[in-house]
Amino acid sequence: MTHPIRGKTAVVGVATYGCGEAPGWSSIELMCQSAILALADAGIPLHEVDGVFAATATHAFPTMSVAEYLGVKPRYFDGTNVGGSSFEQHMLNAALALDAGLCNVALICYGSNQRTASGKLVPLSEPQPYETPYKPRMPMNAYALAASRHMHEYGTTREQMAEVAVAARAWANLNPEAFMHGKPLSVADVMGSRLISDPFTALDCCLVTDGGAACVMVRADRAKDCAQQPAYLLGAAGANWHRTISMMPDLTVTACAESGPRAFEMAGMKQSDVDLVMLYDAFTINTILFLEDLGFCPKGEGGRFVAEGRIAPGGDLAVNTNGGGLSCVHPGMYGMYLIVESVRQLRGQAGARQVAQCDVALLNGNGGTLSSQITALLGTAATL
Amino acid sequence: MADTVGGPEAQFRAFLKQGRFMIQRSRSTGKHVYYPRVAVPGSGETDLDWVEAAGTGTVYATTVNRTRDGNTNLAIIELDEGPRMMSRVEGVPAETVKIGQRVRARIAVEDAAEIILFEAIVTQPGAGA
Repeated sequence: MTHPIRGKTAVVGVATYGCGEAPGWSSIELMCQSAILALADAGIPLHEVDGVFAATATHAFPTMSVAEYLGVKPRYFDGTNVGGSSFEQHMLNAALALDAGLCNVALICYGSNQRTASGKLVPLSEPQPYETPYKPRMPMNAYALAASRHMHEYGTTREQMAEVAVAARAWANLNPEAFMHGKPLSVADVMGSRLISDPFTALDCCLVTDGGAACVMVRADRAKDCAQQPAYLLGAAGANWHRTISMMPDLTVTACAESGPRAFEMAGMKQSDVDLVMLYDAFTINTILFLEDLGFCPKGEGGRFVAEGRIAPGGDLAVNTNGGGLSCVHPGMYGMYLIVESVRQLRGQAGARQVAQCDVALLNGNGGTLSSQITALLGTAATL
Repeated sequence: MADTVGGPEAQFRAFLKQGRFMIQRSRSTGKHVYYPRVAVPGSGETDLDWVEAAGTGTVYATTVNRTRDGNTNLAIIELDEGPRMMSRVEGVPAETVKIGQRVRARIAVEDAAEIILFEAIVTQPGAGA
């Protein structure tokens, strides 16, 4: 039986702005500039926006800020913040609101000037009483702990993690928008980089950039009349098992082991239907964990799976074709960029990095310290 | 009315101040709980008593913060009672801490607050496992 919201809504506009470095731009400016560009991409006038979805690391009430700045009066709004995966959750919530007729044009947006404002990842988080006293360097330490456990249980190696960074860079070198475009990277470079939180070197960690991004969603009946080819939401699901890394039930199994199957079920699809995989790669271990938990390889095999360029350009599986958080852009909450790249690929607008015959994209947003996982499947009209 | 001693976190910290590492145990299920809570996570039993932690455990995951000021360990310890906690293993070079290593808790004071740290349990040669 087809799920009642499968294919009922679509992303019809996407945009990014100020990716990399945006000196002199504030977070709200980057966010709203992206929103204006995404609406132009969709061919929908600003005044039609009646649903606003937003999350940042710096706004207590992001949907209020966006509505005021853009001068729209939303009748549905959702500032859910589950970290970097917030925008995948917004996409699911927007689909429900659109389908229920609670709004007609949903704008989802994000912006951050963390690189030029502070030069480091802006902490989103309040102190955690049972972790903060140990002065962890978050989020890096959390992911390093997970990597240590994966290496212990499955024999995953630093070389295999380095392969993730190298594949991401190879994709970035096909994407002029990527911050690390034009800077080749080898496994030896990653291994030889400064060890900062064992087993991670500096090159196992995502970038710290500025950037805004936005997308626009409408119901499928309107989507087909928009300026661009729609990317239909075929399935989406979330799962959240913990907040702090020390409370994660098993450091080698993330909650997308649950959200993935749910999203596939809603879409009526399986792994072999997926042409593009977009995973939130805040650290190299993420890609390995998510490929396993989403069923692209068995648990424990992720390290071996990514070896020998399998997820790089020309490999068996196209993963993180924009260059990812590792080599394209990471303004603190990267999830919005998973949506943008998926839509560009589904439209066939990805230039030199275009995946041939791209009809189905899987996105997996990650938030906190492997805490919230939201998996979504987007597809072209051919998948309806 | 709220307990005047404070919530589980305040009670836990008051014990630490007295030099006691206490964790919670559900009377009906025998399940141990850390960090301190108002109910057993997942099942909700509220019959939680404070019990002295054995103070022994095993390193579940480990990393090293490498900074200009030196190397510092950060670990997740699985207590012998079951629950896990974030801490630091000291007394050995940070980068030599291994998953599976046996550790023992001690209470230290850092930033004017009591904190639980762990030290490696060194097995005497010939003393068996």
